[in-house]
Amino acid sequence: MTGGALLAGPEPALGMEGAAAHVARLGPLPGLERRLIGVLDRSELRGRGGASFPVGAKWQSIAQRSRGTAVVLANGAEGEALSGKDRLLMESRPHLVIDGAFLAARAVKAGEVIFYIGEDLGHAEETMRRALAERGDAPARVRIVAAPARYVAGEESAAVHCANEGVALPVTTPPRPYERGVGGHPTLVQNVETLAHVGLIARFGDAWFRDLGRDSAAGTALVTVSSGKPDRTVLEVALGSSVGDAIDAAGRSVGGIGAILLGGFFGGWVAAAEAWRLPLDSVALRATGRSLGCGVLGLLDNDECGVRVTARIAGYLAEQSAQQCGPCVFGLRAIAEALHRIAACRPQSHDAARVLSWAIEVRGRGACRHPDGAAGMVLSAFQVFESEVTRHTQRLSCSMPPPVPGATRWTW
Amino acid sequence: MNSQVLWYTTRAAGVVSLILFTAVVILGQLARLRVASASWPRFLSADLHRNLSLLSLVFLAIHIVTAVVDPFTSLGIAPVLVPFGSAYRRFWLGLGTLALEITLALVITSLLRTRVGLRAWRLIHWLAYAAWPIAVLHGLGTGTDALSAWSLGVTIVCVVAVIAVTLWRLIAAPSDPLSGARRLAVERHRTIPQ
Amino acid sequence: MDVVTLQFDRIRCDGHGLCAELLPEMIRLDEWGYPIMEPGPVPEELLPHARQAVAKCPVLAIRMLVAKERR
Repeated sequence: MTGGALLAGPEPALGMEGAAAHVARLGPLPGLERRLIGVLDRSELRGRGGASFPVGAKWQSIAQRSRGTAVVLANGAEGEALSGKDRLLMESRPHLVIDGAFLAARAVKAGEVIFYIGEDLGHAEETMRRALAERGDAPARVRIVAAPARYVAGEESAAVHCANEGVALPVTTPPRPYERGVGGHPTLVQNVETLAHVGLIARFGDAWFRDLGRDSAAGTALVTVSSGKPDRTVLEVALGSSVGDAIDAAGRSVGGIGAILLGGFFGGWVAAAEAWRLPLDSVALRATGRSLGCGVLGLLDNDECGVRVTARIAGYLAEQSAQQCGPCVFGLRAIAEALHRIAACRPQSHDAARVLSWAIEVRGRGACRHPDGAAGMVLSAFQVFESEVTRHTQRLSCSMPPPVPGATRWTW
Repeated sequence: MNSQVLWYTTRAAGVVSLILFTAVVILGQLARLRVASASWPRFLSADLHRNLSLLSLVFLAIHIVTAVVDPFTSLGIAPVLVPFGSAYRRFWLGLGTLALEITLALVITSLLRTRVGLRAWRLIHWLAYAAWPIAVLHGLGTGTDALSAWSLGVTIVCVVAVIAVTLWRLIAAPSDPLSGARRLAVERHRTIPQ
Repeated sequence: MDVVTLQFDRIRCDGHGLCAELLPEMIRLDEWGYPIMEPGPVPEELLPHARQAVAKCPVLAIRMLVAKERR
């Protein structure tokens, strides 16, 4: 389960794997150009930034628009607070990420490669700089852009806007980045984990990658098992294995868990009993109306109040809004305030009903998907924690013990 | 057509133009202030603003044509298009020409707003705040009876009304409910320059 | 046969609300004054009103998209 492909080799905790060790372990980077797109198609690799879009198709749409001026933007913003995979990759396997980015640049004929790295990700930027300095094979101009430590900074159009104008706010689409992005050129925005997978697929082939998955799923993915920022375990799983397998492998006891936040703040709650057998496979999950997102598995203990945690997340998401669209600003704020009242067992009449209708109403009415993600998380909470919500609003009491002051669970 | 009739017509059309343009400016402010009620829907300020401005152009045209053909003024076509190009009351007439040209720019860009784009349209529309006072000064300076009681009275009412609405607009909160939040968010989402 | 849909620029929209007055059959306002759009194409009989809504928006936040329907 662990260390399958991306995390094979020296322990990530040991830090950066330098250029020499990287090439000694994996072999040199093949000189694939456009042919790589066909390989990626057959590998069934999907994006790991959250949208799970087929990578081969994405590269194809940029390659056919590029006239040597396309831009590759490696997205290492990692705006999702509980996720630690992108930072881990950039700090321990920077050359894999760079391999993927340079391969992309050759495949789509790019004139520039941008590494968009979260400013709050510890040594990630420093490590990537050192790794880039060790390379002599850049196929295009390279630059690093720091992503502000904000939730929406990792959004595709925000990343492009940041590279263009220095402000990481989403912009109205169309046109989408693959049509007009950095400098007005077709831009490939790809998560750093996805690019790392590309670095391996280019060397070992599409069949090798597909076989790493279980059943009909292809490949591996990094997931973060977490109960708050101070407590995160990143591990590599075979896609198609179950949520329960991953939590086991992270060394967590399955018994004490009440619910899982699948996909992080942008995902949804699932009751533990139902979650165990869910496959870690974005296609299969989507068929049930769920999403793997960026692979965060948030763990809610049996004696933690899901309503309280949901209220805190909703407040955070409202504050992290780009503040550009009325429905998102006012809608998420109203939802968060009502949820806080419900969590504190001091609801106003109709608070619960209004949260539901606000959440349903806000979807699709922002320039980006931020309000949709928040609404989805809140709606899932009302399903999974239904009895707890009722208890808070009608009996004005919480069935869980009060949170311990200074506790670090569900903090970020 | 004798000069007397032409002169009266020029004068009257000019006053009507001024009153209509004053209403247009006020309606523009009301739209910006989002004044609305059950009997005054939002689109009313915008629509009246547009329709009255087109109506004022009609009276403006009458005002200009009668002034040009009036043998007393012996204006040619030129001063209509070239500011300060007439021998007759050069400065005050020139102001009128200036106001006319700005007004034409306002109307044309507004009619073609979707093609011109929002930013360009907005920039040019700010010139309305120049066109209106210039028109008022033109009226005060060119009419031989400009300082007569009724003419002055009409002008004063128009000026007071525009000043009042403009003050109201300056005091009122910005019409974008998110303006403060947007600016803060931009600062929070800036990247550190590399 | 053209399929006409309306698209909002949610960042430009300031909640003026003229669109909801001019095309109430398809646009209503939420409690903060921002538009909620009926999904789907604009029926032919409402096209003139839809054009008005697009033209009269003070900040040009609505666009009309015309897609040629393939037969």
